[in-house]
Amino acid sequence: MKYVLMFIETEEFAKEFADLAPGEREEAFRRVYQWFDDHRDKITNRGSKLQGAETATTVRLDGGRVLTTDGPFIEGKEVVSGFTEIDVEDLDEALRMVKNWPGCPVVEIRPVDEV
Amino acid sequence: MSTQDELARVVRDHAGRLAGALVSLLGDFSAAEDVVQDAVEIALKRWPVEGIPERPDAWLFTVAKRRGLDVLRRQQNHRAKLAELELPVRPPPDDRLRLVFTCCHPALAREAQVALTLRVVCGLTTAQIAAAFLASESAVGQRITRAKRKITDAGIPYRIPRDDELPERLTEVLTVIYLLFNEGYLSSTAERAHSRDLVDDAEWLTALLHGLLPNEPEVAGLLALIRLHRARTAARFTPAGDLVLLEDQDRTLWDHAAIADATALLTRTARRHRAPGPYQLQAAIAACHSEAPTWSETDWPQILVLYDLLIALEPSPVTSLHRSIALAYVRGPADALAELDALAGDLDTYPLFHATRAQFLRDLDRPAEARTADERAARLTANPAQLGLLQERLAN
Repeated sequence: MKYVLMFIETEEFAKEFADLAPGEREEAFRRVYQWFDDHRDKITNRGSKLQGAETATTVRLDGGRVLTTDGPFIEGKEVVSGFTEIDVEDLDEALRMVKNWPGCPVVEIRPVDEV
Repeated sequence: MSTQDELARVVRDHAGRLAGALVSLLGDFSAAEDVVQDAVEIALKRWPVEGIPERPDAWLFTVAKRRGLDVLRRQQNHRAKLAELELPVRPPPDDRLRLVFTCCHPALAREAQVALTLRVVCGLTTAQIAAAFLASESAVGQRITRAKRKITDAGIPYRIPRDDELPERLTEVLTVIYLLFNEGYLSSTAERAHSRDLVDDAEWLTALLHGLLPNEPEVAGLLALIRLHRARTAARFTPAGDLVLLEDQDRTLWDHAAIADATALLTRTARRHRAPGPYQLQAAIAACHSEAPTWSETDWPQILVLYDLLIALEPSPVTSLHRSIALAYVRGPADALAELDALAGDLDTYPLFHATRAQFLRDLDRPAEARTADERAARLTANPAQLGLLQERLAN
């Protein structure tokens, strides 16, 4: 079954990350790359890091008109910062993968609608 | 045993088994659950009139299969599969275990886990679950529909978790059963005409789990806990249905054979494992109470130690409240009141907090403050049995 993992950053995490020494930051990145390597056989696209939430544009299509606004879809303290697609047996396997994700503190697991 | 109890038992014994087998065979949780539920509803209408059939499992299976063919007529692949189905002579023993783990999957909300377990594993109808939780039938129905859809769409597996995941997932399952037990135990004091006995369902589920996972100490602990509480049922109410506090219960009415059995189970479990978990500790506290010949001869120092262990594992203001009662017997009401008052921030809206405070204040000869605390408790409770006790206190 295919799932998209959406990696969600919090303000607190972003601040802690910004405060890291260069060596520590490198180590954090290394752990993330390692995680992608460890799960290579289950990852169907290599994953993408998104640019900052301030670069987002949201298009709302309800009510018969198109409303284009600046910013991410939620005006919040938690922002999707990247995503990857995985192909695994079931939700339990996805949960196991995510358990040792070394990056941001929140991950949303969403099945891909395979119609 | 009343006809209703007998029906509940037969449905529980067979509906969950059948659901487990059908999910296994069909590979579709939702479809299997639908047809079993239909069969259960038909059985609950017809059995009271026609009598319970000689082979209720075969009866339910035949109806479920027929319903399945009706419902799935347009889905060719299901239809072919269903037509080939035969009632498994002896389903693999872990079928129902898989069912329990699926219903209690952590990706489902707690309320959904509870409703789904009652419905799929215990065979309760939506109406029965709604009655037991004082919820509307449509709300419960929606909750179940949504949960079943999520199981299918999100790929929640129908499987016993792997060994490394089992402890965590078993904790989830035990939490659901404990919730059922508590809901049943507390609500048995409220007026609920046609609701099923949830404590019965909780005990049955725990016994089932214990049979399938005999070496899990916390399963044994929860089973002992439920059985120890049930062993005191006969003394918990007056003939008029009023609640009798443990302190005032007629201990000759307790089921001492059941108490001995549950205590022996607990001892065997404790001997095999060090570091008891929260259910074993709660059962050990219940065992201390159950073994005491009188309230005053209760082993309070032992209970205090057990509460300390429990709080170290699972800190909770309610547990601390209970600890303060034991403390009152070990070190006196002044110390107990000081400890209790430290919980005021967390428990200000909890009736038992004020009722216990009132008790300590009375023991300290501060009747005016005690009265205020009892009044506060009475305003906070909706439970008629608790309210009855408090009003009696206030009248004296």
